[in-house]
Amino acid sequence: MLVQFAGIMVVISPAALLAVLGLATLFRIPLSERSVARYAQASSSIGLIASLCILAYMLAMNIRHVPLELGDWVHLENETTEADKDRANAQQAATREISETEIAEDANTQHFHFSLKFVFDRLSVPFAIMSFVLCGVIGAFAFRYLHLEEGYYRFFLYYSIFQLGMIISSLAGTIETLFMGWELVGLSSALLVAFFHDRPAPVQNGLRVWSVYRVADAAFLIAALTLHHLSGSGDFEALMGKGDWPGGHATITENQALLVGSLLLFAAAGKSALVPFSGWLPRAMEGPTPSSAVFYGALSVHLGAFLLLRVSPVLELSPILCGMVVALGLITMIFAAMAARVQADVKSALSYASLIQVSIIVIEIGLGLRYIPLIHIIGHACVRTLQLVRAPSLLKDYSNLENALGDHLPDSRSVGRRWWSPTMRARFYRFAWERGYLDSVLDDFVVRPFVNIFKWSDRMERRWTTFLSGTSGTRGTADRETGET
Amino acid sequence: MIPELHFPWLEFSILVPLIGAIACAILPNQQAAQRVAIVVSSLTLLFAVGEWYDFSTMNTFQAHDHWDLIQRIFRHDYFVIDELSAPLLPLSALLYLMTIVSTLRTKLGRFSFGMTLISESIVLATLSCHSPWMIITLLSLACVPPWIELRRRGASTRIFSLHMGLFIALLVLGWSLIDDSAGHQSAELLPAALLTIAVLLRAGVVPVHCWMTDLFEHASFGTALLFVAPMTGAYAVMHLVLPFGPEWAMRSIAVLSLTTAVYAAGMATVQKEARRFFCYLFLSHASLVLSGLEIVSTIGLTGALCVWISVCISLGGFGLTLRSVEARIGRISLDRYHGMYEHTPTLAGLFLLTGLASIGFPGTLGFVGMELLIEGAVGVFPFVGLAVLMAATLNGIAIMRAYFRIFTGRRFQTTAILRSRPSERFAVLVLTFLVLGGGLWPQPGVASRHHAALHLLERRMNPQLVVEPDDTLPEQHTESQEEKPDA
Repeated sequence: MLVQFAGIMVVISPAALLAVLGLATLFRIPLSERSVARYAQASSSIGLIASLCILAYMLAMNIRHVPLELGDWVHLENETTEADKDRANAQQAATREISETEIAEDANTQHFHFSLKFVFDRLSVPFAIMSFVLCGVIGAFAFRYLHLEEGYYRFFLYYSIFQLGMIISSLAGTIETLFMGWELVGLSSALLVAFFHDRPAPVQNGLRVWSVYRVADAAFLIAALTLHHLSGSGDFEALMGKGDWPGGHATITENQALLVGSLLLFAAAGKSALVPFSGWLPRAMEGPTPSSAVFYGALSVHLGAFLLLRVSPVLELSPILCGMVVALGLITMIFAAMAARVQADVKSALSYASLIQVSIIVIEIGLGLRYIPLIHIIGHACVRTLQLVRAPSLLKDYSNLENALGDHLPDSRSVGRRWWSPTMRARFYRFAWERGYLDSVLDDFVVRPFVNIFKWSDRMERRWTTFLSGTSGTRGTADRETGET
Repeated sequence: MIPELHFPWLEFSILVPLIGAIACAILPNQQAAQRVAIVVSSLTLLFAVGEWYDFSTMNTFQAHDHWDLIQRIFRHDYFVIDELSAPLLPLSALLYLMTIVSTLRTKLGRFSFGMTLISESIVLATLSCHSPWMIITLLSLACVPPWIELRRRGASTRIFSLHMGLFIALLVLGWSLIDDSAGHQSAELLPAALLTIAVLLRAGVVPVHCWMTDLFEHASFGTALLFVAPMTGAYAVMHLVLPFGPEWAMRSIAVLSLTTAVYAAGMATVQKEARRFFCYLFLSHASLVLSGLEIVSTIGLTGALCVWISVCISLGGFGLTLRSVEARIGRISLDRYHGMYEHTPTLAGLFLLTGLASIGFPGTLGFVGMELLIEGAVGVFPFVGLAVLMAATLNGIAIMRAYFRIFTGRRFQTTAILRSRPSERFAVLVLTFLVLGGGLWPQPGVASRHHAALHLLERRMNPQLVVEPDDTLPEQHTESQEEKPDA
């Protein structure tokens, strides 16, 4: 009973913060900076204490899996209509002869339930604790860092959405619940990148982050629905077998695992900025330092790796899939290592340094390791948060140091100088400086053709409309000038 | 025998706006007309909500008014609601109320409250009606107020007249042929084709959608929004085509509407004008609903019906927000940044919230509906599910792009006070409550749509199970009616 209460508190505390800040916004209730910070700290602290209680309980009782079922959020009764029977009959009869029982079973699958289930296990509890610790630290840091900032309140509103998304994703017991958290993290990330929204650059970068996330989310949703269809349930227990993480055994075939796993890998690549989506990570550094630190340096960027760990039983079914995971990690690692060396600003350099570690974590997952990537995630997230938070003051310290020395600090020589010719070095430098041309490739070969097709269609439509209306097509312009609505 | 409601909710909700329209016409100024329109549309909403509540407590699929005056006069029970239309009535009434309430004083001269109330009455009558000829008449009448407004504004009415004229002609011709064919299978090809083309025209399916962009560009935003948002085209599909339509007709509607959903979503991402952007966004969502209505599975159909409701509320709210911003800065170009956030943070929040709800973002009204629709589509035709997902993804990108262009990117310098007015804040509160309330507590709404979907599928598979309104009057049974294919 106490564990159930603690479990509910873990989920409720970030939700309550979002509710308080959201309602205050809606009803225009002014909150002081200190109150907002206190609410944020209370939310993180309560969630953290509740998570630690569950961890203590699990360790004391030697339990690896504590489910928390909050019931069905949506449940549609398993009513079979004549239409369903007819449809099932027609579909089945078209392909093979079957018995009456099989038809009835197919018709009976016309039900739907969306259960709110959370799971505390060896993967989710460390991730949730890490999320609460880092969010709490960043909440306290932002209280001073963003003092008197115009968007102070807005920052904490997005922060609360992010924290809720992270906790839901970490503890999700069903793939649909994981998707909910995944989407919340995506929204808050995009809005935080565009936090300084009176300049176009952060906004453009925010839109790019959102676009990548939407595409990756579409892949995630297809994978989730495919898994749902294959296993008949969105519950991770049904999807990944009864064993506790990481010991589950998925019940789908190798080919099915390859299909679903590829989609999930695509989704993870989007969220963790793996190649070819790496372009959004340095752009995300347009946001305020606290959000860059905790979201893109520590938590959000690891969510893709977390997804791969969560569905690790699916990966284990297909060696090809594991090979794809390792290959993607390897390519990203090489790319990020090159790009990190030529960045001109500290936040971008740190973002690529993060990406190197994330890709190593992905390689570890592809190689079949489970606990090492988890430990790697936690260690890396904490170190990177510290580095990013320290970055602005570190630059000031360097500046003071150089002023005291009266000269620039000594430059560290790259080992590549001994191995590569100046021409090759120049080429590598150009490649790294252009960030592997990843953004250009996506822009030129995906976005531009798409935009051109629809712009052409738009022009054709306007011509057609003008022809039909028998006017010169200037009416819209006239309206616009008068502001007529 | 169709059960009776406990009060003539339907007739009152249709009659009250008509009386209000007359009052608005004789009032000396627009401010007084707006006050009357607010009172009248509030009353209408009250009657529509009463109808919905009364109906939901009756546990029946169909019901008609108590003391049915229309039935007594015309000897025909024209107004009957069922599980499909019961929530659509308060929803449409709410949209009208919100539009009237959120019309700013500076724009009173450009928006006709009388015409709006007449169109409200027509829409509510359409959604309460099951009789095919009556639906055709009302759908035709609904085209008149926007046409008059286009004329008054000096805009070309050719595109609108051409499309709507063709729509009405095809509907009349198609249904006349059905009446004449008296159920002969060989004779159904032509009328079914005519009716299918007619409803595709009204729904704005590509390539016959240009009237919609034209209407949004040249009519007032409020009028254009109210003409398309209640989705009477989809209602016409449900009552004029689906009950008897051959398989190929339904397939054609599904394929064309799915193509429209993806095409319009793509078009929404490249638009340079906010009105055209909204038009394509709405078209994409309405087409998703239309394609979902053809899915012959309870889950898919439930999803489509849920998305119908969520799209009405969320895109209705989205359109009203856009209209409010337009009322402040004129026509909005999406080619540049406007930076309105600082002046209208409430509207910015509602814009984002309703936009996200329309694409089925978690925690909002559209989430479960979209999940059901995609799951149902994947279950029947996997590629349909992929297309739905593609449309939702593109719509998501288009909405965020519009948000950033309108509310961010620079500081909007002005000496005028542009903050939202109390009437707008009221609309924001109501819509936020509906979007989030329906999203966080979706079970009642989804269960109601599921129940409706079950009955609709039963009716589609076994048309003879349906109790038609005419059955309430034994003397109305004639030989020709019994031979009708939809009887």
